[in-house]
Amino acid sequence: MSRLRVLFRTTAVRLSALYLLLFSLCAAFLVFYVTGMSQRLLEQQTKDAVAAEVSQIEQIYSRGGVNGLLRTLERRARQPGANLYVIAGPTGEILAGNVASLQPGLLDKEGWTGEAFRYQRYTDESRKESHVALAHVLVLDNGLRILVGRDLQEPEKFRVLVRQALVVALGIMGIGALIIWFAIGRNALKRIDRMSDASTRIMAGDLSQRLPMSGSGDEFDRLSESLNAMLGRIEKLNEGLRQVSDNIAHDLKTPLTRLRNKAEAALAHKATNSGYRASLEEIIGESDQLIRTFNALLMISRVEAGAAAAEMSDVNLSQSVADCVELYEPVADEQALKLEADVPADIHVSGNRELIGQALGNLIDNAIKYSDGGADPSIKVNLARRDGAIVLSVADHGPGVPANKREDVVERFCAAGRKPQQAGNRAGPIAGRGGDGDASRVSRTE
Amino acid sequence: MVTRMKILIIEDDLEAAAYLAKAFHEAGIVSDHASDGESGLFMASENSYDVLVIDRMLPRRDGLSVISELRRKGVHTPVLILSALGQVDDRVTGLRAGGDDYLPKPYAFNELLARVEVLGRRKGAPEQDMVYRVGDLELDRLSHTVRRQGRELLLQPREFRLLEYLMKNAGQVVTRTMLLENVWDYHFDPQTNVIDVHVSRLHAKIEKDFDQPLLRTVRGAGYMIKEDGRTDA
Repeated sequence: MSRLRVLFRTTAVRLSALYLLLFSLCAAFLVFYVTGMSQRLLEQQTKDAVAAEVSQIEQIYSRGGVNGLLRTLERRARQPGANLYVIAGPTGEILAGNVASLQPGLLDKEGWTGEAFRYQRYTDESRKESHVALAHVLVLDNGLRILVGRDLQEPEKFRVLVRQALVVALGIMGIGALIIWFAIGRNALKRIDRMSDASTRIMAGDLSQRLPMSGSGDEFDRLSESLNAMLGRIEKLNEGLRQVSDNIAHDLKTPLTRLRNKAEAALAHKATNSGYRASLEEIIGESDQLIRTFNALLMISRVEAGAAAAEMSDVNLSQSVADCVELYEPVADEQALKLEADVPADIHVSGNRELIGQALGNLIDNAIKYSDGGADPSIKVNLARRDGAIVLSVADHGPGVPANKREDVVERFCAAGRKPQQAGNRAGPIAGRGGDGDASRVSRTE
Repeated sequence: MVTRMKILIIEDDLEAAAYLAKAFHEAGIVSDHASDGESGLFMASENSYDVLVIDRMLPRRDGLSVISELRRKGVHTPVLILSALGQVDDRVTGLRAGGDDYLPKPYAFNELLARVEVLGRRKGAPEQDMVYRVGDLELDRLSHTVRRQGRELLLQPREFRLLEYLMKNAGQVVTRTMLLENVWDYHFDPQTNVIDVHVSRLHAKIEKDFDQPLLRTVRGAGYMIKEDGRTDA
């Protein structure tokens, strides 16, 4: 019963109920209209036939007088399925005809009897069955009254038949609609139940669960699909968060331990003033390193949150790249490296100048750090349009990233911690994602 | 006699505020302290300060709203925003709200001091000066020329801007991040000695063949350009 109540709470079912009500109203109207129409049509036919007969009788009377009239009526009244014929005196007593009794007062008025009336035939006296008929009363000049009528049994039967047929047909349609509606509603309800079951499991903490899909590509499937995509993203972010907290633990605990060790060491040794000074300076250096790690972590989480988090604007990428190259050029120079830029003018992207600059700065910085200044001590910064995309690349001639580590390069915090002597937390490729997705793909080649 | 700079620190962390007050005192700067946004707003509008140092997250009224309210009231004291939110966009929102400078936490006190001094000096500085002079060094902002003892020195455009910023704040410590922000318009930590390399190039150009050193490194803080012999207290 509660399921039924749930069913009635769904929009589909409510709408269906409304449709059903409207449908029933229309069907009822149809039934009454059709039967009413057919009744009127049949009545009209009856009247026409009676009217034709009445005019015949008038002619016969004017030609053959009362005798001719009587003979004709006698003959006609005996025919099977004959009309009703009554000859009555001026006071209304029945003189002849094929009718046993009539509704009283029927013969008083000339013309159509108006409404249908009841009468009894001779033949069914035994059954005392009354019939319904429609008639026309004619008053002759000698006071005799002639009633010509037609039985309405047949039209009435027909009318009832039509009404029954319609009612049955509509009833079947209604029941069919109900069954279909119930089946669809149930089906929908079942699928929703399955979805809420799955989401309950997901809420319980199992993020690997996915909502069921039927594969039909309908609304439910599309909903499941986008919810699943959302779950995938959440799972990835969650995974990322876990990874970040692991990394935080590692990247922050290591320098914190060093910091503590240094402070301890300074306290343990009875150092001179300058010795303390040196220790304190080292400690400040360590704290700065910690701050840097923190900033990198914050920036990564910021960028991971998606491009929407950063303020995007139109960036003159050519100018940005040129600025960055100009910024690092003297550093490269000092290391006997040559920073070469191939930057076409006026390439614009939608992105964040700061993040793009940071990403590129990191890449150039790394290129400078890892170049071994071999045969070709040049670092090439290249900006180009290729296949509708804008490609920005930094290439050095250093040893490159080992083949098995290449996948890791685009992961956050790769190498950080493992090589503490190289202070850079390589957030470069990550920061690259801060720009417009397609526009700032960062590649590292050897 | 140089009048001492007077600043207001609006910071809810009492320990940090006490540390700042002590450090500023040692640097010769008088400071007042307010521990929440409302009282900070009141003090900043009732008294005259050279610089306001405002923490972004404050009880009773957040830092940004203090700044916008002050600006609405027509108080144009330079504001330095301190914030644990150090991201690019946070900086942009901070500056848009009416802040003049933004320093993410944690920071080195030297960095804060240098920035506060620059902000405080800015108030009376002849911004529109077309020629900056430090000793025998002369920088013409209009013609983009630099002369020392009347001899023209050839500088790259970026070196010119670097020198321009240093000379505009002559006698003040200018930190590496301040240089990166004001000369290159980048707000990240370059993690290498990029700025040092640029400064040493500039140093070579303006000091070579001249006896009197002007541009010097301030250990643990940054750089300063100053005429030799003239010393501050």
